[in-house]
Amino acid sequence: MSVYLEEADFDPMAATARFEASLPAGSYGATASFVGTMRNHNEGDSVTAMTLEHYPGMTEKQLHEVIDDAKSHWDIIDALIVHRVGEILPGNPIVLTAVCSAHRAAAFDACRFLMEALKSRATFWKKETLAGGEQRWVEKNTPG
Amino acid sequence: MAIKVKFFASLREQLPDGINQVDADGIQTISEVWERATGTPLMPSHVLCSVNLEHREPHEAVSDGDEVAFFPPVTGG
Repeated sequence: MSVYLEEADFDPMAATARFEASLPAGSYGATASFVGTMRNHNEGDSVTAMTLEHYPGMTEKQLHEVIDDAKSHWDIIDALIVHRVGEILPGNPIVLTAVCSAHRAAAFDACRFLMEALKSRATFWKKETLAGGEQRWVEKNTPG
Repeated sequence: MAIKVKFFASLREQLPDGINQVDADGIQTISEVWERATGTPLMPSHVLCSVNLEHREPHEAVSDGDEVAFFPPVTGG
């Protein structure tokens, strides 16, 4: 199980490849991954940057718990969560979830679960900078 | 005899700097930590809280040496 909080831009494809390479060759037959990327618009406004705040210690603990929950519900080999913190620009990846399992159903389902669970449970907070320079806290997540 | 207090995101910005602990004397619940730390008696209903990195409800107990955090709804992912 792997959880990473990244303070700088990261490459989700490279992170997924490293995750797969960390598992025994042939031990899994399916990899499902999801990448969340920062949009340049939200609620009708242009957004030029974003800051992601977190609760050091609690956030990592929660992400490990989310992976534990996925492992208890689905027959998966392992899971990865990478999440940005700090300053983010439009087009940058915010989050990566990846799951390896023997068969595709568990990988797809557990990967979706990881994303929905971390969005509702993990202590992250987004603050947007709008085109005019104004800053505002994001108050709710998008429904899906 | 102190309880460590943390505020995050919009709550941290709304409150004065430097609130990082309260005297634990006489404090039994998270709500009482909020009241002593902020000087306001009612913890807003949208505010979430934790004790020692675990989500908790405002009526739940705290002890000397605990770390209590208050934060708005999460918006990660």
